[in-house]
Amino acid sequence: MTALPLATEKKLGLVIDLDTCVGCQACVTSCKEWNTGGYSAPLSDEQPYGADPHGAWLNRVHSYEAGDGAKGRTVHFPRSCLHCETPACVTVCPTGASYKRGEDGIVLVNPDTCIGCKLCSWACPYGAREYDYTDGIMKKCTLCIDRIYNETLSPEDRQPACVRACPTGARHFGDLGDKESAVSKLVAARGGYDLLPELGFKPTNKYLPPRPRKVEATTRAAPTEAISASDGSPAERLFAWVDKVLSA
Amino acid sequence: MNPAYSVILFTTASGAGYGLLVWLAIAVLLGSVAPSGALAAAGLVLALALITTGLLSSTLHLGRPERAWRAVSQWRTSWLSREGVLALATYVPTGLWLLVQWFSPSIWWIVPAFLALLAAAGALATVWATGMIYQSLPTIRAWSEPLVAPVYVLLALATGGVVLALLQAVFGSPWQVMAIVAAVLLVAAAIAKWLYWHRIDTAPRSWTVESATGLGSIGRVRPLEPPHSQPNFVMREMGYAVARKHASTLRMLSLGAGFVAPALLLVLAASLPPVPATFAALAATLGVAVGVITERWLFFAEAQHVVTLYYGAERV
Ligand code: SF4
Ligand code: SF4
Repeated sequence: MTALPLATEKKLGLVIDLDTCVGCQACVTSCKEWNTGGYSAPLSDEQPYGADPHGAWLNRVHSYEAGDGAKGRTVHFPRSCLHCETPACVTVCPTGASYKRGEDGIVLVNPDTCIGCKLCSWACPYGAREYDYTDGIMKKCTLCIDRIYNETLSPEDRQPACVRACPTGARHFGDLGDKESAVSKLVAARGGYDLLPELGFKPTNKYLPPRPRKVEATTRAAPTEAISASDGSPAERLFAWVDKVLSA
Repeated sequence: MNPAYSVILFTTASGAGYGLLVWLAIAVLLGSVAPSGALAAAGLVLALALITTGLLSSTLHLGRPERAWRAVSQWRTSWLSREGVLALATYVPTGLWLLVQWFSPSIWWIVPAFLALLAAAGALATVWATGMIYQSLPTIRAWSEPLVAPVYVLLALATGGVVLALLQAVFGSPWQVMAIVAAVLLVAAAIAKWLYWHRIDTAPRSWTVESATGLGSIGRVRPLEPPHSQPNFVMREMGYAVARKHASTLRMLSLGAGFVAPALLLVLAASLPPVPATFAALAATLGVAVGVITERWLFFAEAQHVVTLYYGAERV
């Protein structure tokens, strides 16, 4: 059914810390690795070794530059389905293949009924849905439903693959509908925010902003003349002479 | 947005077919086309052919065409599903109308008249639903304009009207009224389209990469590294953009060759004898086809999706 549940019992989702993400792409590869054998299997690639390789990936990490001068910084920015509370991707689906679960709020595509019309991907503002050209159907993040409730996995593994893989702990999984949950407290403490709130999709996933930079970091950041200037010691003069000879 | 040729063919061909159905029904109800003559039968067959070609071409763009029947199930929320339901429902009165004409032309006139009325209503509703598929998407500013669905209906009526005028000329029946009506509709469609372009050109582009990433408090945001080396599905499907200069040339071509010139031709040729009139109507139809296909291509190529913010667009 593409009608949205009025409320969901839980709001399972991710909290992504833009302060600690180092852009290593571990979550991207572990997502692909798990999901190409999981609920959404396969996640096909087109021409993986050819001239124009591309394929269905459910999690992508962009890198942006924000700010200028001393304030400027690089921010690595993971992007996947935000499991929105009022997502148009679900309501536009003509077949009912797309749906939002009442029990936990997860947004899924039923791979057995999707006709591959791609309309849901047009309706998602966040680019979270990727069409599988080989399979002919739409793929998207499942929040690893085949891990989080999987009792054959050890308890610490009952988390989305991306969360488990992140080496810096930049990804957190939990119930954002429960104010007392660890993720809700984290969002409250760090000022977690929604992407494109003006579109009204009410994303469940939250992003934690990069922490303000410490002042010393900026003043220490730009070594220029000081290093090349000689301190006058014999060793320093020797190296300066070698440098001069070699670069002549 | 990537202009998919199957969708362009679908919306233009089936739009013309539904428009033809509407005018045929009106002409029969007003008595200007005999309800059981050859012209009405030819018109119905042509309308069904155009509609069916369009619908088949739209199912070809599905990843799993064999599952297309599932698309009629979600009419409660999905305009695409509603379009499917309405398109199928419209076949019923249209098919019955054709059968009645074919097998029992002497039937009480109220029967074909009633079926014609139902077919016309179904045709209008289907085209409206097509327009609403686009107009209801909140992620594409150029499509969430309130003029989108009305323009779809207007263009279907204009193109269908031109086709009926052509058919009347071919069958040597009086076509002047339909030619004038079609010309007026073409001009109305051109004005609506011009207003639409004006609106999308002047609409504020208030969605920014700063809001998409939430990093605006640090400062200006610009992409440093994309997540992948080659364009992915999202960029291929949503990232298509036509150069502005190119687009304005095409707009002029569409309005001039596709709307204004055929309208003038129809008005000038309305008083010609049958043979030259047929050629004029044919030329007008071809011009309209070029115009409306160009218009539909631009409708996609000029529409910018909000997701492009993540891929380098500064504001949308
Ligand atoms: S992020 Fe996109 S795909 Fe995921 S629920 Fe929201 S609108 Fe749907
Ligand atoms: S591509 Fe599949 S899931 Fe998406 S709208 Fe079409 S049928 Fe629904």
